[in-house]
Amino acid sequence: MKNSFLQKNKDELLTYGLLLIFWIVMEVMRRGGMLTSHFSSMLVPMTYYAIGAVALNLCVGILGELSIGHAGFMCIGAFSSAIFSLLFKETMPTAPRFFLAFLVGIAFSALFGFLIGIPVLRLKGDYLAIVTLAFGEIIKNILTAIYLGVDSKGVHIALNMTNFKIETDGIKLINGAQGVSGTPRNSSFTIGMIVLFLALFVTTNLIKSRDGRAIMSIRDNRIAAESIGINVTRYKMLAFTISAAIAGAAGVLFSHNVTTMTNISNYFGYNASIMLLVYVVLGGIGNIRGSVIAAMILYLLPEMMRGLNRYRMLIYAIVLILMMLFNWAPAMVDWRKKTFGALFKTVTKSNEKEVA
Amino acid sequence: MSFLTYLINGLSLGSIYAIIALGYTMVYGIAKMLNFAHGDIIMIGSYIIFSAVTTSGLPPFAGLLIAILGCTVLGVVTERVAYRPLRQASSKLAVLITAIGVSYLLQNVALLVFGADAKSFTSLIPWKGISLAGGALQIKGITIVTIVVSLIILFCLQTFIHKTKNGQAMLAVAEDKGAATLMGIDVNKTIAITFAIGSSLAAIAGALLCSAYPTITPYIGAMPGIKAFVAAVFGGIGSIPGAMIGGIVLGIVEILSRTYISSQLADAIVFGILIIVLLVKPTGLLGKQIQEKV
Repeated sequence: MKNSFLQKNKDELLTYGLLLIFWIVMEVMRRGGMLTSHFSSMLVPMTYYAIGAVALNLCVGILGELSIGHAGFMCIGAFSSAIFSLLFKETMPTAPRFFLAFLVGIAFSALFGFLIGIPVLRLKGDYLAIVTLAFGEIIKNILTAIYLGVDSKGVHIALNMTNFKIETDGIKLINGAQGVSGTPRNSSFTIGMIVLFLALFVTTNLIKSRDGRAIMSIRDNRIAAESIGINVTRYKMLAFTISAAIAGAAGVLFSHNVTTMTNISNYFGYNASIMLLVYVVLGGIGNIRGSVIAAMILYLLPEMMRGLNRYRMLIYAIVLILMMLFNWAPAMVDWRKKTFGALFKTVTKSNEKEVA
Repeated sequence: MSFLTYLINGLSLGSIYAIIALGYTMVYGIAKMLNFAHGDIIMIGSYIIFSAVTTSGLPPFAGLLIAILGCTVLGVVTERVAYRPLRQASSKLAVLITAIGVSYLLQNVALLVFGADAKSFTSLIPWKGISLAGGALQIKGITIVTIVVSLIILFCLQTFIHKTKNGQAMLAVAEDKGAATLMGIDVNKTIAITFAIGSSLAAIAGALLCSAYPTITPYIGAMPGIKAFVAAVFGGIGSIPGAMIGGIVLGIVEILSRTYISSQLADAIVFGILIIVLLVKPTGLLGKQIQEKV
């Protein structure tokens, strides 16, 4: 009985095991003072980028639709939870407030994922990708332009500084391009890792469930899936909304780690979405464990090799192109089969499975 | 009067978008791929002109020629190295992600070579422009040149596609690659020519863009590139007059919303238009309806 459980969940248990070992090693090194303060400060960002990569992989690898606006969902999670925390900063103790902030962030990003998914998922391929990009930019632009505050007279919203007047007893929640400031610093490495575990648990369970198989059947052949009675829209929406919600959780960790969110296009713009995509592609499209490992290594690597930092983005770009050519070009696939044949049998098999 | 000035500025910006959109729409129509790196080829073209004219002191026309040549080579090489091997790939995502990779690569090469700081660009058109209605309506020289150049390009492209053998081959490849091959058309060569034309247009667009907004950073190509794609979709992807109309409409909408609504929300409005167009008429204004085969 126990054996069959191990057999069935071999993959997930390996992921959790590896992650647990990594967590313990990092925790021991941190407690033992073996990490530089700069390195320890990178641990929380590492967890939220890993979570973001898991979310994007659910969309790209499992659902089979390329989203290049996923940072936008992180943005929504970050802003909504930060606003919640600011509102209840004085009136609630930290632990339940942060827990509720997570729920708020996840709920809002799931809601937006759902609303955006309605129009987006009617499109296919390149169009879908460009519209996700458009939504990502719209979210970012609106949150940069808006002024939001609350005081004894109620809620104030304005589009420029001169119209934005707030009483002294009020709170400025979003201050235009200066963003949100004063969010409590609640994120920690431990919380980040717990959320990462939860995100992995949700994702892998979804993939293994009946719903997950339906989603993957849509990815592999939409028409065939439709013809056997799978409700394509429903399952696409399901996967997209969950993906947005997980990205939102990453955003909550983000806003409660940096505390001041200004200049958000650096964090949530097009480049951030591309960075998540790099993690997903390098980890293997459709391979959840791969995304986590790729995100962690690629995030921590520049710290270990400081001299390379200048060339980091350049190397990312080259590796991204080479990986795509190596994994997907028909000529390369044939060559790999011929050369490594027996050795890589499993790899090519799983590649065939991941055809989107 | 000021409204008319903004309208003309919008027309000028729209003409630049239109030239970029022509490159997008041709490549998309013929190679069926979204060339994400197209915007960054504009940026590389602008840096080439900057190095030739502002730094080395060559005459503007020579600089433009070098940029066109450089961008053409760059476009053809990226197609050959990065896109062609993936044309028959089992997933359409593969070539899209690779194009994103190329875009990222070009940005970072420019970042390493030229640095992140904005360089100021000397306009290629020294002409001050004209003033109408007793000085109430000022039209800059670059504005007029941009509009005229885009019209010339539109005319040349239409003639090339409908009157020459290579142009006809492009139409055939766009229609059906397999059938075109059977008719003795060299598909690889045709797609390479398409990339060459698209990239040379990108160089011209870069020259005009940087003459109108005279600063260069490694990221100047990204946004105009994406907006030009929006324009191409708006006009109906694959359609050359459509790209022209889409570009001009988008340019006018952007300038007017920047002036009358909010400068920060202008981009959001432009993208909002894209979403509405895709939902109401996914094939764009002048696009063809494509039936999905079972």
